Amino acid sequence: MAERENILEIKNLSFSFKTYGGEVKAVRDVSYNLKKGEILGIVGESGCGKSVTAQCIMRLNPEPPGFFEGGEILFKGKDVLKMNKKELKELRSKDIGFIFQDPMTSLNPTMRVGKQIEEVFNGHKDISKAEIHEKALNIMKLVGISDVEKRFRQYPHELSGGMKQRIMIAMALVSEPSMIICDEPTTSLDVTIEAQILDLLLDLRSKLGTSIIMITHDLGVIAKLCDRVVVMYGGKVVETGTCDEIFYETSHPYTSGLMHSIAGLETDKDTALKPIAGTPPDLFAPPKGCPFAARCDYAMEVCQKNPPEQTQLTEEHMTACWLQHPYAPKVDLRMARKETV
Amino acid sequence: MSEEKKIVVPEPLLKVDDLCKFFRISRNAVLKAVNHVTFNINKGETVGLVGESGCGKSTTGRCLVNLYEPTSGHVYFKGKDTMTLTKAEQMKFHSDVQMIFQNPYASLNPRMTVGEIVSEGMKIHTKLSHAECMEKAEALLHRVGLNKEHMSRFSHEFSGGQRQRIGIARALSVDPEFIVCDEPISALDVSIQAQVINMLKELQDDLGLTYLFIAHDLSVVKYISDRVIVMYLGTVVEEAPADELYAHPTHPYTKALLSSIPVADPKVAKSNKRIHIKGEIPSPINPKECCQFADRCVYATDRCRAEVPKRKEIEPGHFVSCHLIDQ
Repeated sequence: MAERENILEIKNLSFSFKTYGGEVKAVRDVSYNLKKGEILGIVGESGCGKSVTAQCIMRLNPEPPGFFEGGEILFKGKDVLKMNKKELKELRSKDIGFIFQDPMTSLNPTMRVGKQIEEVFNGHKDISKAEIHEKALNIMKLVGISDVEKRFRQYPHELSGGMKQRIMIAMALVSEPSMIICDEPTTSLDVTIEAQILDLLLDLRSKLGTSIIMITHDLGVIAKLCDRVVVMYGGKVVETGTCDEIFYETSHPYTSGLMHSIAGLETDKDTALKPIAGTPPDLFAPPKGCPFAARCDYAMEVCQKNPPEQTQLTEEHMTACWLQHPYAPKVDLRMARKETV
Repeated sequence: MSEEKKIVVPEPLLKVDDLCKFFRISRNAVLKAVNHVTFNINKGETVGLVGESGCGKSTTGRCLVNLYEPTSGHVYFKGKDTMTLTKAEQMKFHSDVQMIFQNPYASLNPRMTVGEIVSEGMKIHTKLSHAECMEKAEALLHRVGLNKEHMSRFSHEFSGGQRQRIGIARALSVDPEFIVCDEPISALDVSIQAQVINMLKELQDDLGLTYLFIAHDLSVVKYISDRVIVMYLGTVVEEAPADELYAHPTHPYTKALLSSIPVADPKVAKSNKRIHIKGEIPSPINPKECCQFADRCVYATDRCRAEVPKRKEIEPGHFVSCHLIDQ
């Protein structure tokens, strides 16, 4: 892959929430970047910090109770954390689009959907009303909505789940942002509709060259869509790499565990699935060492005590695991995977 | 397993005969949630019921456990019509047939302790003393991977996976023979889903349970089911042994549904071999008297838009409702 410039760089980001129960360390020392025109997948279980990280990019987390403990987020070279209100508004309305998880609850039920798409341009002075209307209709056509004039005047409750999600995508795209963040856009949809939406996203990327961050817990979606993948667990990045590297050269026990635990179509009925035992760590008091140590089959003493270093395996492939240490026992996670598939 | 099934054929555990469940919405609007559905479930097998949301799979499940009264048609459990049971028979029926619900956050009473939740059914259906009930509840919790310290806690103190285990323990508490699992894993995380699926399979092996497994995740259904029923807009479009269905899907809807499963393998997933269905599932309110899939089907003919297809057996145990197989 030719060297492309980074549109977004997240460096050592830490973000916590203050609550009555103490501080929830939702994101701890997370770094990743997004290249131009790339689809980056972020996988992890609920509560692993994947959505919080993404919302940090647009500063959508309420602050307080949330606060940044450190790190920086560079969007086209500018630090989002140092932006003033005006710059942030610009960022949110022009540069980055955000597609929320639940289209049923994230649209305003008292507003016609067309108006909601046009609302994105509120405060943009260099564009006329007629142009905005034109743009809204065009974007609705682009995301595969038929009969746009009629749909434009409908309320969210008159539309089906798939249609609402298309409206959400249209809202994210209408200002022609250079990057969109999709936070589990297909989780609440049926497989047939999910397939339509994923194809739409791929299509948009090739037409508009938009960079996309795709947050999901579905490895199938990742496999279909993404160029590179970031695997998160317990508020940390445990593995990053190209899509093929993550699936075929798995080098972190958590990633491997995730892949074992899904029932694929080829999974033999007589072999039991291999679940990851236990539950995710408590982020009020995150473990000192590797966050996955308590559930890991290969955990060693060092895993409990010290956080693992990040090991660069290839240019893109990074893993944070003590098994990569020269003194660690050699475990071939890929072999373990082949046996069961 | 397959040899055994051939012998068991004469008396299915559960027989669903021409079941309909309509909801009247207004004076001239009827929502036909379940529309002339017929199938059997044999003892000891797992039947998967799949379809998109709104296709009537949960309504069917609820009709089977008598949570809904069917508009017409019959459900026979062990040869008896569940609608005409006497009071005593009804009690027996409710302890033989149990349900595990979709949302573990909403299906446990937040004001009852786990011990109370699990023992409630026993107190109604058995003559056990309080101490015996609690003892049994403890054993059940142990069986589903929780321990006795959890007995006195409330459901909000548990994670989703643990709650689903409590729901399973509650269903098992009255020694049922047949359990309707209504999307038991769709609200859980991927790594937790496998734990629950493994447990359901183990329980089936140990206790000889029969499951109706309702889900929209087709890969999980393939993994857990012996037979699979595919529903679309209130009607059964295809029914076949699991391997047969996934190897030779016949109904155009089944084909499209199977090809839209996201595969967790980049090489397969990125080679675009999908069959697309255009549009979305139509409204089940006042549906047309024809093949329900006709509007979205690429192969639809005039006959499909005029006539309801009949259920036909194309291979032993493989039923399809589609006009195309005549041609």
